[in-house]
Amino acid sequence: MSSTVNVRLNVNGTEHELEVEPRLLLVHALRDELGLTGTHVGCDTSNCGACTVHLNGESVKSCTVLAVQADGAEVTTIEGLGTEDNLHPMQEAFWNNHGLQCGYCTPGMIMSATALLAENSDPTEDEVRHALEGNLCRCTGYHNIVKAVLDAAEKSKGVTA
Amino acid sequence: MSVTDEAPAGHVGRVMRRKEDPRLITGRARYVDDIVLPGMLWASFVRSPEAHATIVSIDASAAVARDGVHAVFTGEDMSDLGGPLPMAWVPPGVEVNNPEHWPLARGTVKHVGDPVAVVVGEDRYVVQDAAEDVIVEYDPLPVVVDAEAAIAGPPFVHEQFGTNQVHQWSLAGGDVEAGFAEADVVVERRVVNHRIAGAPIECRGVLADYRAGSLTLWSATQVPHFVRLFMALLLGLGEDHVRVIAPEVGGGFGQKLQVYGEELFACWASRKLGRPVKWIETRSENMSVAHQGRDQISTVKMGAKRDGTITAFHVKILADFGAYNMILTPLIPSLGAFVMGGCYKIPNVQTDITGVFTNKCPTDAIRGAGRPEATQMIEVTLDQLAHELGMDPVEIRRRNFIPKEDFPAETATGVIYDSGDYHKTLDKLMEHVDVEAFRAEQAQLRSEGVYRGIGFCTWTEICGLAPSRITGPNGVGVQAGLWESAMIRVHNTGAVTVYTGTSPHGQGLETAMAQIVADKLGVDPSVVEIIHGDTSMGPEGRNTYGSRSLATGGEAVAKATDKIVDKVKAIVAAELEAAPDDIEVTGGKFAVRGSPDKGMALADVAGIAYVGAVPEGMEPGLEETTFYDPENFVFPFGAHACIVDVDAETGKVVVRRYVAVDDCGRAINPMLIEGQIHGGVVFGIGQALYERVHYDDQGQLITGTFVDYALPTAAELPNFETDRTETPSPVNSLGAKGVGEAGTIAASAAVTNAVIDALRPLGVDYINMPLTPMRVWAAIADPARPAASPEGGPRS
Repeated sequence: MSSTVNVRLNVNGTEHELEVEPRLLLVHALRDELGLTGTHVGCDTSNCGACTVHLNGESVKSCTVLAVQADGAEVTTIEGLGTEDNLHPMQEAFWNNHGLQCGYCTPGMIMSATALLAENSDPTEDEVRHALEGNLCRCTGYHNIVKAVLDAAEKSKGVTA
Repeated sequence: MSVTDEAPAGHVGRVMRRKEDPRLITGRARYVDDIVLPGMLWASFVRSPEAHATIVSIDASAAVARDGVHAVFTGEDMSDLGGPLPMAWVPPGVEVNNPEHWPLARGTVKHVGDPVAVVVGEDRYVVQDAAEDVIVEYDPLPVVVDAEAAIAGPPFVHEQFGTNQVHQWSLAGGDVEAGFAEADVVVERRVVNHRIAGAPIECRGVLADYRAGSLTLWSATQVPHFVRLFMALLLGLGEDHVRVIAPEVGGGFGQKLQVYGEELFACWASRKLGRPVKWIETRSENMSVAHQGRDQISTVKMGAKRDGTITAFHVKILADFGAYNMILTPLIPSLGAFVMGGCYKIPNVQTDITGVFTNKCPTDAIRGAGRPEATQMIEVTLDQLAHELGMDPVEIRRRNFIPKEDFPAETATGVIYDSGDYHKTLDKLMEHVDVEAFRAEQAQLRSEGVYRGIGFCTWTEICGLAPSRITGPNGVGVQAGLWESAMIRVHNTGAVTVYTGTSPHGQGLETAMAQIVADKLGVDPSVVEIIHGDTSMGPEGRNTYGSRSLATGGEAVAKATDKIVDKVKAIVAAELEAAPDDIEVTGGKFAVRGSPDKGMALADVAGIAYVGAVPEGMEPGLEETTFYDPENFVFPFGAHACIVDVDAETGKVVVRRYVAVDDCGRAINPMLIEGQIHGGVVFGIGQALYERVHYDDQGQLITGTFVDYALPTAAELPNFETDRTETPSPVNSLGAKGVGEAGTIAASAAVTNAVIDALRPLGVDYINMPLTPMRVWAAIADPARPAASPEGGPRS
């Protein structure tokens, strides 16, 4: 067996200290070590984006980051965004706009979409479509996903104004 | 979207947010890879890099020696199975060559990805490392990749048959030769519906746990009930000792309508090792071994009179089934044959199907399954016919529509379409698309060197898969009745649990079914829980595929609920000293007609039913079961238009606008219908423009990952314009038809016709899909270029 290294991660506000193989992917650390199974894996090649999380506030594909690379970082996963009783506005927007069907790509979509709005609070439809280029959905045809992201942007405008 | 100005009285017909979503948007849903059991082992398959070879030797010693590896198994180890993997279509009077197909190859491999061994060990990294240590020596055999070469064979994929032909099957009505003799114009062309992948974003996955004589299998499947039956048969277990659970399933698109060797292996290995065994498919595996779809080369011939009236349509399909027959492989092209006349009144129609083996991944049902191919054949040929007759493509469609007054309409081949009003959907499409203005704009743009085109597709399809009478052993030959079940339990408190035999995986049936039940019982949909995808909860079911879950499963739920309503009415009538026929549901209560104040809520009635204070002779409790087998299929229809721009310099196609008017009968939840249409249309656009499973001439898979296989992304697509008409189906009480495959069935033809419309001034009259820049560019460069290679030139 390979040797292990210690990694400190702050995930959704909770500190964790893990002993992992150096090659362990961040997505597997989250899923298999921490039991945060909301982050999904849909490909082997960093194309599908189902594993998207925030690493120090930026969206990353957690299948393309080693757990050791995230040492000392703050990670936010879909579980850290909102709960069923206290939904994040983006989660609410996906629900209201039928922005999901099977739900498998959804956590990654929502994490990418929230990262987009953090950078650009008032995106055009075209900007939304290009920002989500790295997240594949086979169910929705993207129409309602784009609608949901624009809806969330519109609603948050109302909040900050 | 505006269908009717009248607001629906109840929950049915209304947009309602999905009951499924809270768990999905918060990451609390549980897919198969999210389930972990104590002592769980992992499996990783060793797969053939050869397309056709004899297995000379397998050396697993290095793999077995690794820490954490428990066992390595090969085909010979699994000699105790009750039989090979199933193929469930036995068409009466038709011979089908059906080779044995085992979970692990025995002696030879037939396509890249065929499993030859499997490592079981402690974790997912360990087994993948160990799988790479298994040394397999192969002796390559001649490979056949192209379907037309294969049917001319040798080499043979399965030597024992002395041919690569799987079967021949025909469906004919009228006399096509006589029809062509009457025609003034006959169009012939070669239409290729190329191979595509289902590509659900969740790959397949299984977790099997055999303990104390009973087996539980969690599988990312559309068909847990079929899987249970075959696990029981092939492992020699009673069905009562096998429980199959489809947990949250991340999309299926037909790919998970299957009984797979990996499912059987995990169950077998769990019994052998006394530990739970999990296998989670990688995307690379999914692209090479999960069944694929389409792959038909067709010669189509359509004849018409000078006024545009179609006199005959004859289609010869060569269907590439890959290396093995999966559960329904040879049946798939026949599903297209049942609607080969489309929505047109054609007196003479014939479909001749030849199935062929090649050294490629097997094909089977993928979203639409036979009907997208049929629609492509009909609609691109009809456009060419219109062109040659100098007719407008919309006009030629109108001229041939089966008129509304013909319904229920029997087609030339004896299929009975349940209901339709094709002019109405097309009229509605024309309200959205100003064709005259478009033509003026198009002419102007052409003078500026911009090639814009519009394509139409008017279509119908056959879905709601059932009825057993037609699909079953005495009909088409599927060795299973295709009815559907529902069980409904009203609890003491008035909460309702519904067990459906369908197994939805993204379609929103938990919501739609709850809407149906809520109206009948006078409760809110939030108190109606829909349970699906677990063979130990509720009755035997027939699962989800073929756009059947609402028209068949939803109707079963409605019928079971009606039984509950009858019992509730009898109890309420006794309590209120009224006649059961005078009891109605109003304002959330069961009350005597005309006296809504004195009603009883469902919870009150359930209380009476469970304390046993029921009328004399009535059983206590409030629970009912239904098995529903419809009289006919259902036939949704629609009219779609697509507008594209083609860059004549580069061949790049951009979809500018897509308008879909669909009629899937009575709407239960219009929001869900729109969502299905959006996704379905993109599936068809993907086939038309981007996606293609591509093998080289040695059977090596070129498109083995999402890097090489071009799924559409948000950036390539427009927003969609959708609208509906509602022509109720007379087949079920809901008036509902299916919608899951509709968009896919329509879209590839609408896109293709739009591209051709754009390029006609350049002399291009047809290009086979996918309309990639390379193909389009090549067609523009040399419109007369003939079909060249098996890979396919632009006209292949």
